[in-house]
Amino acid sequence: MKGEILVQVERLTRSYGDIRAVDEINFTLRTGEVLGFLGLNGAGKSTTMRMLAGVLAPDAGRITIHGVDLLDQPRQAKQAIGYLPEQPPLYREMTVDEQLHYSARLHGLDRAACRQALLRVKDCCGLVDVGRRLIGNLSKGYRQRVGLAQALLHDPPVLVLDEPTVGLDPIQLREMRELIRRLGRDHGVILSTHLLPEVQAACTHVQIMQAGRLVYAGALADLEQRRRSTHLRVGLNAPPPVASLAQLPGVVQVEDLGHGRFRLHHASGVAPHQAVLERACADGWDLWEMTPEHAGLEQIFVDLTLGEAAA
Amino acid sequence: MIFTIAARELRGLFLSPLAWTLLAVVQGLLAWIFLVLVGDFRNLQGRLAALDNAPGVTDLVAAPLFRVAAWVLLLLAPLLTMRLLSEERRTGTLDLLLSAPIGSTAIILGKYLGVMAFLSVMIAMIALMPLVLAAGAPLDFGKLLAGLLGLILLAGSFAAAGLYLSALTTQPALAAAATFGLLLLLWVIDMAGTSQKTAGSLFAYLSLPRHFDALLLGLFDSADVAYYLLFVVACLGLAIRRLDDARLRD
Repeated sequence: MKGEILVQVERLTRSYGDIRAVDEINFTLRTGEVLGFLGLNGAGKSTTMRMLAGVLAPDAGRITIHGVDLLDQPRQAKQAIGYLPEQPPLYREMTVDEQLHYSARLHGLDRAACRQALLRVKDCCGLVDVGRRLIGNLSKGYRQRVGLAQALLHDPPVLVLDEPTVGLDPIQLREMRELIRRLGRDHGVILSTHLLPEVQAACTHVQIMQAGRLVYAGALADLEQRRRSTHLRVGLNAPPPVASLAQLPGVVQVEDLGHGRFRLHHASGVAPHQAVLERACADGWDLWEMTPEHAGLEQIFVDLTLGEAAA
Repeated sequence: MIFTIAARELRGLFLSPLAWTLLAVVQGLLAWIFLVLVGDFRNLQGRLAALDNAPGVTDLVAAPLFRVAAWVLLLLAPLLTMRLLSEERRTGTLDLLLSAPIGSTAIILGKYLGVMAFLSVMIAMIALMPLVLAAGAPLDFGKLLAGLLGLILLAGSFAAAGLYLSALTTQPALAAAATFGLLLLLWVIDMAGTSQKTAGSLFAYLSLPRHFDALLLGLFDSADVAYYLLFVVACLGLAIRRLDDARLRD
């Protein structure tokens, strides 16, 4: 069912000693959504996902999975989750088939169901040819796929994937993103990454975490809007006073970067490059550089955290 | 679920050269001792025949063999148990168990059963040696079974202690060293208990081999069996708690 609420997280909190790794975060995941968790290293993405998977107990807060409280009825709730940790949990001395069979049995599948599930996930993750190979001898990309196959075995409605594309080559990367998009149609998927393109390629929704807090949550399209160029960097050998730059049409704010460089903030879609050029020629500012700046992930973080503080 | 975990554990052991090596070493070593014991018994046989109520082949061969086997098990049990949980935690495979719909109790019991299955194979192979004597000598099967039961209980205690200590660390070597230290301490703790004072007799009661010796003599006392079972339950209980705790602290 599309739009059905699969995961509901309320005021989830977790500390390691004095450090608050996850600080009162709330979010909801529905069927048909691929939720990208963005954040720098140490932002609390993995901790959140570990708690969702029931590997780590939260200090406070509630996690409801498919209508079942994860803390009250862990077994039932876990049955609804497929979890791929950062490090795929695979036994090096086992073959791919053995590993998948073991994992399927752990999730309560009987022998006949096991066989079918194995065929299904191997086909889905491109593992048909490596079933009898030892996991220890597989490349990182294949191990990642075995890990994903393992998460899919019991056909859970919710998938929690912690950095699923690390270590994949560009072709595998594309396949993995395609697979995640496909899975996203009838599952709810949460994936974490610190790469923005990753989110753009595979996700429908995005959440940005910073120092344990959720600083942004919304549909991907909204983030795209933010990410549009909103800065113009200009270099002038004979710069005018900052005030006259600020008066240019479309310029919202001027940042003096020193050495005749300025960063002009403007509303998205209305870059003042033409105005700058005309004034520079007319008033002899001696323009030597003009670059539209695309907001990188870091810039978005800065914007978002600054926005939080201001709001 | 428990058996799924136990079966994987046993498979994992037999897929590593360690298990085969240990089986071979134990069998070789004990076979040598067995031969020596049988030789001694043959030399003594003449004089024994003259005695009333003389000790039989079970007392003079099987019991000493089991006593040495207990020592050998003490030495190698830590090697078998050290990786049970520490390795899983170190390589991250524990996440698979923790995120699967199974409780900590099932995980611990599965692991324990797996390693006990292996130890049972080892003990069965040891038991084959005195059993061979049945072809040419009268064996006291009661005594033999009591001794075997003692050996299994002893091995069970070793494995339970090792499993708990393996749950405490991420380094197998550390778990092995700690297990070895603990078992050795419990083995020799009765050295302090030779005097008849109350504290001394308490230490004597706590010692692991004390209860084993009675079984070797063919004395089946439920208190001895209860001692080992309590020890196992306590260690496994602690291990389960520790695993639950890991979700909280980690």
